[in-house]
Amino acid sequence: MTTNEALINYCLRLGDSSLILGQRMSEWCSNGPILEEDIAMTNVALDLIGQSRTMLTYAGKLEGKGRTEDDLAYKREEREFYNTLLSERPNGHFGDTVARNFLHSAFFYHLFQALKSSEDEMIAAHAAKSIKEVTYHLRHSSEWLVRLGDGTEESHNKIQESLNDLWEFTGDLFEMNEVDEILIKEGIAVDLAEVKKEWDKTINQVIERATLTKPEECYMQSGRLNAMHSEYLGHLIAEMQFLQRAYPEAQW
Amino acid sequence: MVNEDYTIRYTKNQVWEFLKEIPDPEIPVITIEELGVLRDVEITPTTIIVTITPTYTGCPAMKMFEDDIVSTLKEKGIDNVQIKMVYSPAWTTDWMTKEAKEKLREYGIAPPIDGTADKGVLFANGPKVVVCPRCKSKNTSLKSQFGSTACKALYTCDECLEPFDYFKCI
Repeated sequence: MTTNEALINYCLRLGDSSLILGQRMSEWCSNGPILEEDIAMTNVALDLIGQSRTMLTYAGKLEGKGRTEDDLAYKREEREFYNTLLSERPNGHFGDTVARNFLHSAFFYHLFQALKSSEDEMIAAHAAKSIKEVTYHLRHSSEWLVRLGDGTEESHNKIQESLNDLWEFTGDLFEMNEVDEILIKEGIAVDLAEVKKEWDKTINQVIERATLTKPEECYMQSGRLNAMHSEYLGHLIAEMQFLQRAYPEAQW
Repeated sequence: MVNEDYTIRYTKNQVWEFLKEIPDPEIPVITIEELGVLRDVEITPTTIIVTITPTYTGCPAMKMFEDDIVSTLKEKGIDNVQIKMVYSPAWTTDWMTKEAKEKLREYGIAPPIDGTADKGVLFANGPKVVVCPRCKSKNTSLKSQFGSTACKALYTCDECLEPFDYFKCI
């Protein structure tokens, strides 16, 4: 594998995770529990989709086959997506979404914090830009986690269950393979084991404040690195790509 | 015959003057120059390259900015325009001019306080005091970190009871 091939894959990982989580958040549009949250969640969606555009455009450029961000978003099959398993988890109830976004935003926050000093100029710029937005996403989901965890008995139990249900998908966030090895050597990628240490600190702090219990270590699902997904991604992609599939090359 | 070489026909300052008054499509009282979105103008013999930077990666206004730049220059007879999007250094509300912040306030949006006011803390409830742009009261409270657009938070004034947008610091 060449450095360029590794870098393309790395950009797809970043871009796809933002895209899929952004698409999930878009599903809340007009369905939020209260107006302010409807607006907040769709704003988060907009940020995430914006972030994915930068990385998918860059991946297309590195590939050199003339594929645009839209080609990569709308014309790839399920087994060509490198998003995190966590990002594709269904929205469930509001608490499920809060817990998923909390775990994922904390991951992005520390990943981008580390990638700010990447040797790849575009990745470094992307990380420095995105972290400003992700900080708000993390704060938003953290505050809700605390409000629900430290709320009523019912909200406490529900959000604890959400965390427990999602836990088996968090191992996938930090898995690495040859792509990481090549890029870490070049100073482009970062060691996800280091990111995990920071991630642990952040989530421990918030979970404690929310009077919740960190889920116990369990069997961890994996798949992101090989573009293997849960049954949910296919449905999400079918909806996301419907228009381009039904009316190829349709434009605004 | 008109000389088509852009480097002879225009200076960088001239082109900058053409562009600097383009308003923000969502907040029409401030311009792309005051906002700090317009970063650079480069003139080559055949193309004018305008460098801009996004406020937020997903900001829908960016496409409008691009279209407005192209059409503004077209009106001046410049057909070959290239828009260059740069991400580094990342846009910050610190680039917003003092005058722009004052215009925001008059328009009813509380301007960003300073670059570090909102940052770094997991549970900060935004900056300590956001002054109501209408009645100038300091007795205000945060309703939501996300307002009518991603760049704004929603506040309510506890004095005049009006809701208002606060332009977040990033």
